[in-house]
Amino acid sequence: MKLRRSMLFVPGSNTSMVCNAFVYRPDTVMFDLEDSVAIEEKDSARLMVYHALQHFTYEDIETAVRVNPLHSIYGLLDLEAVIRAGVDIIRLPKTDTVEDVLQMQEVIEKIEFKIGTDKRTKLLAAIESAQGVVNAVDIARCSDRLMGIALGAEDFVRDLHTQRTKAGSELMVARAQILLAARAAKIHAFDSVFSDVRDKEGFVKEANYIKDLGFDGKSLINPNQISVLHKIFAPSGDDVEWALDVIEASDNAKEKGLGVVSIDGKMVDAPVIARAQWTLELAKASGMLGGDE
Amino acid sequence: MINSNDIKNGSKLTPSKANFFAAFQKDHSGKERSSKICQNIEESIKRSGLKDGMTISFHHAFRGGDKVLNIVMDVIAKMGFKDLTLASSSLASVHDPLIEHIKNGVVTQIYTSGLRSKLGEAISNGLMEKPVQIHSHGGRVHLVKSGELNIDVAFIGVPIIDRFGNATGYKGRSKCGSLGYAMTDARYAKYVIAISESLEDYPSFPASITQDQVDAIVLVDEVGDPGKIGEGATRMTSNPKELLLARRAAKVIVNSGLFKNGYSLQTGTGGASLATTIFLSEKMEEENITASFGLGGITGTMVYMLKRGQIKTLLDVQSFDEFAAKSLGENPNHIEISANQYANPSSKGSAIKQLDVVVLSALEIDVDFNVNVLTGSKGILRGASGGHCDTAAEAKLSIIVAPLTRGRIPTIVERVNTIITPGNTVDVVVTDQGVAVNPKNIQLKQRLKKAGITVVEIEDLYAKAIRICGKPKPIKYSDKVVATIRYRDGSILDVVKALA
Repeated sequence: MKLRRSMLFVPGSNTSMVCNAFVYRPDTVMFDLEDSVAIEEKDSARLMVYHALQHFTYEDIETAVRVNPLHSIYGLLDLEAVIRAGVDIIRLPKTDTVEDVLQMQEVIEKIEFKIGTDKRTKLLAAIESAQGVVNAVDIARCSDRLMGIALGAEDFVRDLHTQRTKAGSELMVARAQILLAARAAKIHAFDSVFSDVRDKEGFVKEANYIKDLGFDGKSLINPNQISVLHKIFAPSGDDVEWALDVIEASDNAKEKGLGVVSIDGKMVDAPVIARAQWTLELAKASGMLGGDE
Repeated sequence: MINSNDIKNGSKLTPSKANFFAAFQKDHSGKERSSKICQNIEESIKRSGLKDGMTISFHHAFRGGDKVLNIVMDVIAKMGFKDLTLASSSLASVHDPLIEHIKNGVVTQIYTSGLRSKLGEAISNGLMEKPVQIHSHGGRVHLVKSGELNIDVAFIGVPIIDRFGNATGYKGRSKCGSLGYAMTDARYAKYVIAISESLEDYPSFPASITQDQVDAIVLVDEVGDPGKIGEGATRMTSNPKELLLARRAAKVIVNSGLFKNGYSLQTGTGGASLATTIFLSEKMEEENITASFGLGGITGTMVYMLKRGQIKTLLDVQSFDEFAAKSLGENPNHIEISANQYANPSSKGSAIKQLDVVVLSALEIDVDFNVNVLTGSKGILRGASGGHCDTAAEAKLSIIVAPLTRGRIPTIVERVNTIITPGNTVDVVVTDQGVAVNPKNIQLKQRLKKAGITVVEIEDLYAKAIRICGKPKPIKYSDKVVATIRYRDGSILDVVKALA
């Protein structure tokens, strides 16, 4: 499974960010063509993102684009451009119903067919309303292109007639629902952005909280948040040692032709090995086993 | 006539009839017998015996807030002097008014560490007949001591002074902290004029510039602009690229093999360098490591580490901000050193010879690790040599930190516009897209790789930079030399030509 701890929002109209985002090595870069781009910059942003997606600096990094809604005059133009440019994931804005996903899927399929690509563009649905949260379970299961669902908190709290707080109680139900829906459908669950970039302490608190809840990762608006988040998602030293022991034991067992081994009297079977492998993957991505953070 | 040998041999010992020093009639009226204090700058210049063709000097401790150079130069110009050599330890953008004095023939030769702003631009366009001599901070002392740079009159701005010439930099309204560069001029200039804005009671000790060095004193309204003396130096960056560079530089230091109890470090100003210091501080706390000394231009971050006991001593040749300036006066472990004690290659003991790690910045680095910190991508003079080549040459580990590209301009290039620091003195280049180790450092390269740092060849960094930015068109120069780059030993390392 691909690691997706950090999804860095990059406004498609911000030239400097579009040129530089790759150096921060988030797990996924998400170029935004929707809310962070002013009306008069919609076309230039689309053009810039179109080029960035094909630039060699983004060739070894997963890319997503948040396109404008299909009912706007920009939505289809956005899709036509970024699918041609080879984007990995389309992030649907404001997904309320299964139909929203299916409609987007249909348009994408048409474009893919038209340009003759083998690439199957993945989908990420952003849940940003009460209706979306209520429908989250169905949305998560409705398409095999869906790689995850994400909470968009700002619009959601407005819809809920409340506002965001540091404690985050207003998001309690939505987070739980989105997480369960994603897990039931075996896709990724992403938490919303933490918008006060100066409040490092608050960010750390929230990131720890959503990690403990079970989220795979979080949308980020500032590159400085990446290394902090990755550190939080890094396994502990003990976990890494345990994982290394498990892999070593299982390798030994394989050599000797044994199916099951035990470490400290505990059985090591396939799920345990899978967990150990995941831990090591995470450790590597966190710079614990060499490699930059 | 008695000479000293006669005295030592015990011969011809008859009492002198006319003891020169007791020859004056003592005055018991309470009036000063003589006074160093002049009414104005003009009087001090008259007393100094300044003549056309002589060399005058200034120091740059007030950085962008300096007022002394401009007010003195205006008086000198009004008095009609011509053909002077200006030897300022460095020049900032505030010194753009020099352009007029050059045009009018008041100044015909310049020695400095740096040139910026409109002055740098004008000189790059061929303003001066004689090329500017660019020296390093250590190299300047060497030029002075070796006799090439013969300072006739030094104008030394100080925030406070007593009536006999004892002055410090860490007190007063325009406090600048260390007077490390001025100390050289006070010691070696033939005539020393101290310029201050505040008179203290005699004796004002401890003093950085002392009564036995000062010939004349002038009081002016302001020697500096306090808001600009430490401007921009201590701002902790929030620029993600600078923070990334800093984290990586700190990781290189931690895994260099030098990061152990008692190590020493120097970091400069600027976002990445400052942030490196902060990340190192965190790592030092984690691993319970303290540094024996921090050197160079001192910032508030270094002062913070001194206060927390993470660094035992600060050796301060220039204070980059108000925190450093204040600390110099308050903390007995914050020590002021002269430029000679800091970096002069021919000094009997420059502190950089004891230095483990230095973190430096760059405008350009080439595939042979040569560094340019002076001329910009358009070939215009817009930086300063500073202590760059001094520290790179002497520190056990010299690290250059720079982004691979700045906007559309590659930082890693095939050949730097101007060599300030030769590549054989540079150990590691840290960029946002990989760390390059000078091939001569085989062990260090292995060590960094083992620590999981992405080590790449500098040629690969260059190739990537060019792939991103495209290959820049070569700058068109004329044949006229506008600046000569003097290495720290006085030799000519490179020249800067006028733009075509």
